[in-house]
Amino acid sequence: MQIATMYFKDRAQVKLNDELLQYNLKKSKGKFVGKRAEAIRELDDFEGTRTAAREIRQRVLDNLDTYLEIFEQNATARGATVLWAETPEEANRHVLDIAAKHQLKKAIKSKSMVSEESALDHAIEQAGLKVVETDLGEYILQINDYEPPSHIIAPALHKSKEEVSALFAKVHGTPPKTGIQELCGEARAVLREHYLTGDLGISGANFLIAETGSVMLVTNEGNATLCTTLPKVHVVITGIEKIVPTLEEASTLLRLLTRSATGQSITNYVDILTGIKGAGEYHGAEHMYFILVDSGRTRVLASEVREALRCIRCGACLNHCPVYQNIGGHSYGWVYPGPIGSVITPMFIGQEMAVDLPNASTLCGACGVVCPVRIPLPELLRKHREAQVKEDLRPWVERLGLKGWTWLALHPGLYGLATRIGVRLMKMMGGYEGRIHKLPLVGGWSDGRDLPAPTGKTFRELYAAKRRSA
Amino acid sequence: MSAPARPPERGAKQSPERAQPANRARDNILGRVRQALGKTGPDPTAREAALAHIATHPIGPRPALPADLRQRFLENAAKLESSVDQLARREEIPRAVARYLTGIGVPPRASGWPEFADLPWGEAGVEVAIRPTQGQDPVGLTSVFCAIAETGTVVVLAGPEAPTGTLLLPDTHIAVVDGSRIVASMEDAFVLIRKERGSLPRAVNMVSGPSRTGDIEQTIVLGAHGPFRVHLLIVG
Repeated sequence: MQIATMYFKDRAQVKLNDELLQYNLKKSKGKFVGKRAEAIRELDDFEGTRTAAREIRQRVLDNLDTYLEIFEQNATARGATVLWAETPEEANRHVLDIAAKHQLKKAIKSKSMVSEESALDHAIEQAGLKVVETDLGEYILQINDYEPPSHIIAPALHKSKEEVSALFAKVHGTPPKTGIQELCGEARAVLREHYLTGDLGISGANFLIAETGSVMLVTNEGNATLCTTLPKVHVVITGIEKIVPTLEEASTLLRLLTRSATGQSITNYVDILTGIKGAGEYHGAEHMYFILVDSGRTRVLASEVREALRCIRCGACLNHCPVYQNIGGHSYGWVYPGPIGSVITPMFIGQEMAVDLPNASTLCGACGVVCPVRIPLPELLRKHREAQVKEDLRPWVERLGLKGWTWLALHPGLYGLATRIGVRLMKMMGGYEGRIHKLPLVGGWSDGRDLPAPTGKTFRELYAAKRRSA
Repeated sequence: MSAPARPPERGAKQSPERAQPANRARDNILGRVRQALGKTGPDPTAREAALAHIATHPIGPRPALPADLRQRFLENAAKLESSVDQLARREEIPRAVARYLTGIGVPPRASGWPEFADLPWGEAGVEVAIRPTQGQDPVGLTSVFCAIAETGTVVVLAGPEAPTGTLLLPDTHIAVVDGSRIVASMEDAFVLIRKERGSLPRAVNMVSGPSRTGDIEQTIVLGAHGPFRVHLLIVG
């Protein structure tokens, strides 16, 4: 995907002023949050389950090489081919080579965020083949000139039904529909044709199961089930961190994944696919490939933010983030928005490319509280901020300001004098209202709100006065 | 391992040079993983430990379920908008299917799995073609391996006599559930598969109600790509 993370502030500003987007965001706001809150109550020991989930994922990360080899061995034993890709480009090349080898013409694709990283659809089209996104949200974005997804599980969250209706009328050449039911029916008819004619099924992976060499896929639409049942070739493209040791441990994670994502106790379809089709089987892939992608993940593993690799892509941190909820996913400028995106994006595309992202958080802590695998997201965001300071990536005004403050704080006499002058100046600025409308140098803080002015004396002055009178 | 990344010319022997790139990526990735973990090479002790861990099939915290799993299954299936009919004997299936299809106004034409070939369909006025479907049939008739009470889910295993398309392509899916095979949780389903089948079939498809989407304005609509209706016949 094209990187636009360096324009974060400008993009966020545009999105904040986009009335339609703000309306759409407000409409969807809280739906996921409310459903999740209800769904987790079904688990008698939600916190205990989160702890178990953290341990399952951490065990794999701590022994990732071992579990990757066990997975590879078991997948290969069932007739699948395991390929490795260091870069997104290499992953795409594997897909195109597979298509060439089996003379495939049309890919039908179930949702995959890893394929967004590598812009796989573009690579397939450039090679002269057809590709169709089958997740309804992804399909809507694909026919809108490949608009990027704005949410990792609800990619077209930012669009209203009116926008979808206009888009369908334009692209399908059909009369505009008004109801959501009718719109879904129209997409169903168009996509059914593609399901029946696609010869390459591409999916991501919710989990790779080491003990069996399987992929576990979770959808409500059933599109992953169709994409892995009908075409003669199935390619799984996914990150190396997606492994889970056993089916039982995947069950634990699934309880949290669906509840944290959409507030469901389970998705309508859970598919576990293992190897190629057996003798006498009518449906199922004759050839199965796994493309295990690194593309920055080993960098995360070697870094201070390693724990971010526990992520199971539920999107709860996005849904609960006050910043994401106000600016939407597009502002972040790459594949993964919200708190988890702000942690992993700098590792994938370079710290200097994504300076604003770890700062696009109030550190309110909600993301860390809801994360089903207990990734300490606020702490990891802070680690990025520290790294930015160490690597001199912060703006010079900020660096100079902090240096000045440090010097002053080390000289208590001068500090006292400066703050005494400061609070008096601020009191004057506040006027009779006692509110400062515009702060000099740091205007961003007062653009959308007033700062209550100090009453005239510093804490140290008041403290000293109190001691004298006591 | 064949290397589709650089497929050899037809009939030509695969040269080591051509196979190299795929292995290079593998070696580099595993090398970087080991470096990040502070390891120098493959670690036989860790492998033994991982295999031992897998062999224990550890089960995490599960919500407590009532003794009456059937009742819980019925409640949860209804929540996910599966409809349910309970039958005493297998022979009642054709009439139950006819009754259900008449009720919803769907033509009584189904594609079914071979295990249903012996039932008296003609008497019930239902036409059942024993063959895989490509979606031309309004109804698909399958059995299930087991059912899960915790979520109201049915577990379908693919095989030569169990083509997956039957549960996916028709607008209506009718699944026959053996009433004695309702297990508590997904973990129990996996234990049962290992016990009875040894290994996983190509596909384990777990179905919890009709296909649905919430991708437009988070409004739930049934029948996204798969069936609009899932009807469960619990026998026994």
